[in-house]
Amino acid sequence: MKKAASNLYIGLIMFFLYAPMLVMIVLSFNGTASTSVMEGFSLKWYQQLLGDNVTLTALSNTLLLAVSSSLISVVLGTMAAVGIHTMKKKWVKNAVLTVTNIPMMNPEIVTGVSMMLLFVFVGSFVSSKDALGFPTLLIAHITFNLPYVILSVLPKLRQTDKHLSEAAQDLGCTPVSAFFKVVLPNISSGIITGLIMAFTLSLDDFIISYFVTGPKFQTLPIVIFSMTKKKVKPDMYALSTLIFVTVLALLILMNVMQARAENKQKKQIGNKEDKS
Amino acid sequence: MEKNAVIIDLKNISVSFDGQPILKDLNLYIRDGEFITLLGPSGCGKTTTLRIIAGFLEPDSGEVIFEGKAINGVPAYKRQVNTIFQRYALFPHLNVYENIAFGLKQQKKSKQEIRSTVEEMLALVNLKGFEKRNINSLSGGQQQRVAIARALAVKPRVLLLDEPLGALDLKLRKDMQVELKNIQKRLGITFIYVTHDQEEALSMSDTIVVMNAGEIQQIGTPTDIYNEPKNAFVADFIGESNIVDGIMHSDFSVEFQGIKFQCVDKGFGKDEPVDVVVRPEDVDIVAPEDGMLKGIVTSVTFKGVHYEIIVDIDGFKWMVQTTEYSAVGDKIGISIKPDEIQVMKKSEYSGLYGDYSSFSEEFDELSNPSVEADDAGGETVEE
Amino acid sequence: MKKTSFLSKLINAPYIVWSVLFIVAPMIMVVYYAFTDRSGAFTWNNITALTAYKETFARSIGYAVAATVICLVLAYPLAYIMARSKASKQRTLMMLVMLPMWMNFLIRTYSWISILSNTGIINNLLKAVGLPTVQMINTPGAVILGMVYNFLPYMVLPIYSIMSKLDYSLTEAAQDLGCSSTSVLRRVIMPLSMPGVVSGITMVFVPSVSTFYISQKLGGGKFLLVGDSIEMQFQSAYNYNLGASLSLVLMLMIIVCMLVMNRFADDDEEAILI
Repeated sequence: MKKAASNLYIGLIMFFLYAPMLVMIVLSFNGTASTSVMEGFSLKWYQQLLGDNVTLTALSNTLLLAVSSSLISVVLGTMAAVGIHTMKKKWVKNAVLTVTNIPMMNPEIVTGVSMMLLFVFVGSFVSSKDALGFPTLLIAHITFNLPYVILSVLPKLRQTDKHLSEAAQDLGCTPVSAFFKVVLPNISSGIITGLIMAFTLSLDDFIISYFVTGPKFQTLPIVIFSMTKKKVKPDMYALSTLIFVTVLALLILMNVMQARAENKQKKQIGNKEDKS
Repeated sequence: MEKNAVIIDLKNISVSFDGQPILKDLNLYIRDGEFITLLGPSGCGKTTTLRIIAGFLEPDSGEVIFEGKAINGVPAYKRQVNTIFQRYALFPHLNVYENIAFGLKQQKKSKQEIRSTVEEMLALVNLKGFEKRNINSLSGGQQQRVAIARALAVKPRVLLLDEPLGALDLKLRKDMQVELKNIQKRLGITFIYVTHDQEEALSMSDTIVVMNAGEIQQIGTPTDIYNEPKNAFVADFIGESNIVDGIMHSDFSVEFQGIKFQCVDKGFGKDEPVDVVVRPEDVDIVAPEDGMLKGIVTSVTFKGVHYEIIVDIDGFKWMVQTTEYSAVGDKIGISIKPDEIQVMKKSEYSGLYGDYSSFSEEFDELSNPSVEADDAGGETVEE
Repeated sequence: MKKTSFLSKLINAPYIVWSVLFIVAPMIMVVYYAFTDRSGAFTWNNITALTAYKETFARSIGYAVAATVICLVLAYPLAYIMARSKASKQRTLMMLVMLPMWMNFLIRTYSWISILSNTGIINNLLKAVGLPTVQMINTPGAVILGMVYNFLPYMVLPIYSIMSKLDYSLTEAAQDLGCSSTSVLRRVIMPLSMPGVVSGITMVFVPSVSTFYISQKLGGGKFLLVGDSIEMQFQSAYNYNLGASLSLVLMLMIIVCMLVMNRFADDDEEAILI
C-alpha cells in the first residue's frame, strides 16, 4: 500500500517533468504549423530543419564553443585544483576558493552582465564597437566552467594518498613526471566528470552567452531564443526532440558504464574478503 | 656488532614549521648495514628526520651527509635511499607487477632485467603469482609486502620505513617484524625504521634512537636503553618503570623512600638529587619483616604470566610484577638487588613519570594511542 | 621546501590571473557602472532610480519564495522515496530527474505555452468534455509553475544526495529508542538532511529570483521581474548604468539571503555541487 503510494507519487512528479517534453516530441511530427493541436503526421519539420542553414551553423558554432571551452577549462581547472590542493596558507586557499565559487553562486544573469560590461569597457578603449563574438564567448564559457572542473577534481586529489607523488619521486621520478605518471591517472575520473560537466554546461548555456555574444557568432540556444520571440513552428520542437534523444542516449550510456564500474568494484572487494 | 663505515650523518639539523620547532639541533650518524630505529611519541620529530633523509624536506639549518658528501638540495629522486610509506602509497592504477617495476622502468632497465628483478622481489616477499593482481584486491599484509618489494627492487643503499606496520593487526604485525628483520639481514642494507611502538623497536633494532620534542633523548642498543635509561622520559617510554626521587650519597650508595640502598652506579656529585628507576619485574616481594620497604597492596591484576600488583609505600605507588599472589590490603615487604637499581641524573622530565597512583588499564590505553597521527613534519595541513 | 612552493606558484599563476581578470574585474565593472553616468562621472542617480523598481523586486522575491517552497514540498518526499529505493531504481530515477536539466530550458518553457494557452492542450481537453475554458497562461501562477518546473531538479538532487548517504541504522537506533516512523522522520532524518535542504533552497531561489525568460513567455510580459528589467536595460534600452545598479542590488540581495541561509547549516562547498 505504502509502496503503491510512493510509486504513484514518483509517477506524478515524472509526469509533471516530462509532460512538456512529451508534448514537444508529439507535436514535432505535426502535419501543420500548429504547436498546440495535432493535425496529421509528417516528417516535414525534420526535413526543414536539416535544410536550415542558420540552425546548422548555430549547431556547429555551439559544438565548436563547447569543445574548445571545455578542453581549455579542464586543463586550466586541473592545474588550478592541483595548485589549490598544495596551497599551504589557509587564508590564501580560502580566498581562492571563495573567488572560485562566485560564478557558481552568482545568478547567471549577473555573471553575464558583468562580463559584458568588462568586454564593452575594454572594447571602448581599443575602440572596437562590436567586441562581442567568439573570443568573448569563449572567455565567458571557460570562466563559468572552471569552478565545476575545479570542484570535481579537488575531491579526487583529497582522496588520493598524498604520499603517492613522493613514492614516485622516491623511485626516481622528477616531481613533474611523478605528477603525470602517478597523480594524474588517479584523479582522471574527476577530470572526466569535470570535462563532461563543462561540455554540457557550455552546450546548454543561454543566459550568459546571450549577454556576451554579438550578431556575428550565434549559438544554438541563442538562435532558439530569437525564434521563440516570434511564433514558434514545430521545427523548433523537431530540433529539441533530436537534442532530447541525443542527451538520453548519452545519459543511458554513462549510467551503464557507471553500473559496470560499480559491479567490478564489488567483485574486487569480494575477492579481497575471500583471501584475507 | 662490527663497526661499519658511517653511511648517513646528520649534523646540527634544525627544522621548524610556522615558528614551531620540530627538530632542535639534531646530530645522528648511521652505520652501513645497521637496523636503526627512531622511537618516540607522535610529534617527536621522527618522521621529519626520515623525510629529511629521503629528501622530501630540506632542513632550515644543518647538513645531511651521505657517504661523506653533503646531499642538502639533492632532490629525492636522485638519492640512493628509498622509503616505505606509512600507508604504503602503492599506485592504485597499476597492478602488483607494474608497481614493483615502477622504479626499474624509471632507471630505463631492459625488459628482461625488470622481469627477473620483479620475480626475485616477489619471491623475497612471498608473493609469487600475484603479478597481475589489482592493488585494491590485496589485504593489508599483502600490500605491505608489495611496498617492500617495490622499494627494494631499485636496490637502495638505505631503506627508510615510516611506521610500516602501523596499519596491520597485532598477529600480522608480529609476523612481519620477523620477516622484515630477516630481509634486512639477508640483504645487508641499512634500515632506518620509525615507530612509536617500543616493543617493536626493542625486538628488531640494532640501535634505538629515543626521541621526544625534537630532541634525541638517548641512543643505544635495545638492552642499553632498557636497562640503563638516561632519563625519566626514556625509562617511562620503554617498558614499565617505578621512578622515585633519590639522593646519591656517594658512589654505589643511593637513598630513596627514606632508606639507603646499595647500587652499582657511580660518578655523581656528593648528595646529588637523582631519579631512581626500578623495573616492576625486578622488585621481589618478601615478608614484611624481611622487606627493605613495606607497603600495603592496593590493587591486583592477573596478567597471565604474572600478577601486576600496585603497592602503596609511604604514599608512593609502586608497580610490582610477580608470580606470587597477594590480596588487596595485605601488608608486604619488598626487596631490590643492587644491580636492579638504575640511577639517573635529574632532567626536565623528573617528577612527570613513574608513579602509578592514577594507574588503570583503560587510562593507560587512552593515553597511548596505537594509531599515531602523522608527525607534524612537512605535510600540507589539510582542512 | 622552496622548490615546492615555486612549483605551486607556477601552477597557480594562470588560474589566479584568470580569476582576477574574468571573475573579480567584471564584479568591479558592475560597481563602476552602477555609480557612474554615461560620461563616466560619479553619480547616485542609478541607485535612486531604483525606487521605481520597488514593486518589481517585491514581485521577484515573492514569486521566487513561492517557487522555492513548492519545490521543497514536492522534492522532499521524492528524494526520500528515491533514497529508500533499490540501487538500480535509484540510478534510473536519478537519471530521469537529471535528464530535463540537460535540455534547453527555453524550449522546455516554451512548450508549456502549448499546454497552458487559451487554445492549448488543457483547454482543448476541457472544451472536448464540455467544460468552460480556464485562463492559465499569462497569470502569476503560470510564471511560478514555470519556475517550479525548471528548477525542481536542483532541489531534488542535493536533498537526495544527502539522504542516500544517511546510515539506515540511525533510523533503527531511533526506533529502538521509541520513535514512531513519523517521529523518526521529524527528529532524525529531517535534521540530518538540513544541509541538502539548504543547498537545494539556494539552488532554486537564486535562479528563480533572477530569471528573465520564464516571466516573459508564461506571464505574457505583464508580470515583470528583476531579471526582465536587467535584460531590458542591456538588450533594448541600452542604459548599462541602470542595468548595472539593478544587477548590483540583485547580487547583494542574494548574498544577504545566502548568509542568512548559511547560518542554518555550516556545510562545505561540495554539498552545493552535489
